[in-house]
Amino acid sequence: MLRLPPAIALAAALAGAQDVPQAFIGARVIPIAGPEIENGTVVIHDGKIVAVGESSETATPDSAERHDVAGKVIMPGFVDTHSHAGNVEGGDGSGPMHPDARALDSINVRDARLQKAQAGGITTANIMPGSGHLLSGQTLYVKHRDGKTIDDLLIRCADGSLAYGVKMANGTNSRRDPPFPGTRAKSAALVRERFVRAAEYRDRVARAEGDPEKLPPRDLGLETLVEILEGKRVVHFHTHRHDDIVTVLRLAEEFGFRVVLQHVSDGWLVADQIAASPHVLGASLILIDSPGGKIEAKDNRLETARILDAAGVLTGFHSDDSITDSRLFNRMAALGVRAGMPRERALYGLTMAGAQMLEMEDRIGSLEPGKDADLIVLSGDPLSVYTQVLQTWVDGSKVFDRSNPKDRLYAEGGFGASHDQGAILHGIAKGEHE
Amino acid sequence: MRRILCLASVLGCCIAADAGLAQTAVRGGIVHTAAGEPIRDAVVVIEDGRISEVGPASEIAIPDGFRTLSAEVVTPGLIDARCTIGLSGYLNQPHDQDQMEQSEPVQPELRAIDAYNPHEHLVAWARSYGVTTIHTGHAPRSLISGQTAVLKLRGGTVSEAVVKPLAMIAATLGEGARESGKKSPGTRAKMASLLRAELVKAREYIAKRASDDEKRPEQSLRLDALAKVIESEVPLLVTAQRAQDILTALRIRDEFQIPMVLDGAAEAYEVVDRIRDAGVQVILHPTMMRSRGETENLSFETAATLYAAGIRTAIQGGYEPYVPKSRLVLFEAGVAAAHGLGFENALRSITIDAARILGVDGRVGSIEVGKDGDLALFDGDPFEYTSHCVGVVIDGVVVSEATR
Repeated sequence: MLRLPPAIALAAALAGAQDVPQAFIGARVIPIAGPEIENGTVVIHDGKIVAVGESSETATPDSAERHDVAGKVIMPGFVDTHSHAGNVEGGDGSGPMHPDARALDSINVRDARLQKAQAGGITTANIMPGSGHLLSGQTLYVKHRDGKTIDDLLIRCADGSLAYGVKMANGTNSRRDPPFPGTRAKSAALVRERFVRAAEYRDRVARAEGDPEKLPPRDLGLETLVEILEGKRVVHFHTHRHDDIVTVLRLAEEFGFRVVLQHVSDGWLVADQIAASPHVLGASLILIDSPGGKIEAKDNRLETARILDAAGVLTGFHSDDSITDSRLFNRMAALGVRAGMPRERALYGLTMAGAQMLEMEDRIGSLEPGKDADLIVLSGDPLSVYTQVLQTWVDGSKVFDRSNPKDRLYAEGGFGASHDQGAILHGIAKGEHE
Repeated sequence: MRRILCLASVLGCCIAADAGLAQTAVRGGIVHTAAGEPIRDAVVVIEDGRISEVGPASEIAIPDGFRTLSAEVVTPGLIDARCTIGLSGYLNQPHDQDQMEQSEPVQPELRAIDAYNPHEHLVAWARSYGVTTIHTGHAPRSLISGQTAVLKLRGGTVSEAVVKPLAMIAATLGEGARESGKKSPGTRAKMASLLRAELVKAREYIAKRASDDEKRPEQSLRLDALAKVIESEVPLLVTAQRAQDILTALRIRDEFQIPMVLDGAAEAYEVVDRIRDAGVQVILHPTMMRSRGETENLSFETAATLYAAGIRTAIQGGYEPYVPKSRLVLFEAGVAAAHGLGFENALRSITIDAARILGVDGRVGSIEVGKDGDLALFDGDPFEYTSHCVGVVIDGVVVSEATR
């Protein structure tokens, strides 16, 4: 399995980071990487976690700024594997597949939903276009840092390249008038056609051996598809119905691409098939208050989280913001527990599972020395409706503080709390799924 | 009126028919009655569909032969004060969407009882989460979309379910009422003008209706319905999210002296004094409603603000055009409880206060002797995400024993 190497810390990432070590002392610490610590201390410095342990056994540097968090809970920031915050867009109506279209070029960082994500304790998100296309474009993995431009939110790999995936979809959302497919078989056929072209392109490039005379004309879309074929780029596949899920597994098998199943409403019907696929990194669920709202989600049920987890599928969650509110992201895991998912697996699903699906498990998702200092301070248990996010820290910088009136406005709502959001709920107005 | 009597008599038959089955008792670790302090280790006895005794288990003997359930926490059956359940089907396909007729912007004659499907999937779904009574009907998507009704979530026909066949007439001011293209109303001023014109017509219709035969107008179903508003028999339920739309609603209420209930009211916190001074009750938007468009300024704390101002408030499941097709008042009140409202008021907002706004508090909304035997059973704090609804009783009949 290909993993992204540790990142080069961006100057932007560190701009707000504390030079002074920060010590959070006395909280119930949920490190995810190990058992909960009743009276724990977490020390961060230079954007990284330095120490995590029992307060009695964890040294606090003399130079550290001390935070008394007795009675509070500290855990890793949440990882949202599927959000539409920032009014992200991908491809347009000119065709069903847009592997060349980048989320990077479309996100409005002034969209208040980004601040609301901070207020909900989400520190890393996969912002995606779609799902009204078979392939709506490249996604973007972001840290929810405070940012004035998209560059401030980016996550870079060791080689300097951007971290992102590709968004695909099957089922009803991508069925439209031509040139879009009108049936499920045609949907699969169009995808196969494009990947066959991509394989040919890849082979022509390989045969050219760098000779400019022999290289095919550069094709931005096919380049992305080749990255998928070579396993360099994860596909985030919107899929609901059981047969559509199995179609994703079939395509992944044929072309060897690695996939995160997104939504997976009927996942409980084909849990063993999902678990058996070597191509599936994991399943990311949206748990909704009542089934339906679209025909493919008629059998969406809270029990899916328990069933997939028990079958051995790496199981996480997403907000699908604005379908559900980023500020209540912990609710997703709590609803999983309501329907039988073990508590520790649900908390894993909010954090490490997402990190693994974004292939960032070496950097985020748990409180361990050396990992990014992405953490949240909660007023109580992460699975309680009564719990508030008090603080959110990203790369060692505090990006949300409930005691700050401006931040509190984003957390609770009120006049001006949704600035720069589109007037129309994107997708819903057109009868599409976000 | 004849229709109402007819339905009421059918309902009466139903209760009588069920009487033999409805001898039920529920024992709760704590019983939240919504009519005073909660009672620990308490028993609720339901005879012939109605509550006959409530009190500490040590003081009440459960009669022989009564079916007895027990749970950690017992509340009154929950009330969704404004939804479209039974009209807006869960598949969200044209064939199961009956909450909105788009041929005209003003259709107060459309009756909820002619559209309600008691077998719709979301009826049983809401019921399994403790909801026993709903105020459902036409959606807030045109100037006057139609009528609403209060129904119990039981029975295979609407006549078995109905509590109030005509509860309110649903109107909308703001984006929901805005027609597209060259159709009217296309602006807020035009919405107000058209609504006022309809009420003027209804007032004139009433006057002419009382005159002698020659001058008597032809019967108009549309004006018959609006006449009930003018004559204060039925409230106008006005969906208004922006503060300016709320004030327009209050302005029209003052002009026509009609009974009015505010619906949605996302920016109510901006005009709290005006709402309180008008004495108008509010059926507040779902707490987790999406904050975009004209609801962009909604706050998780509005229910708390309205309660603090002394405004009678209910929290609704509302209407959803997409996923999830229906919200559950249990969850919506829970988030409000956690954002300033507190447990007791949050529970009131989906029980007794909802019942009072709907005018059905004589029958439902609290656990008191003489009221309908409608209860919801939970294995913990009903508002906690990880608690479960473990039983539901309507008119003394156990209608759900699922763990939800």
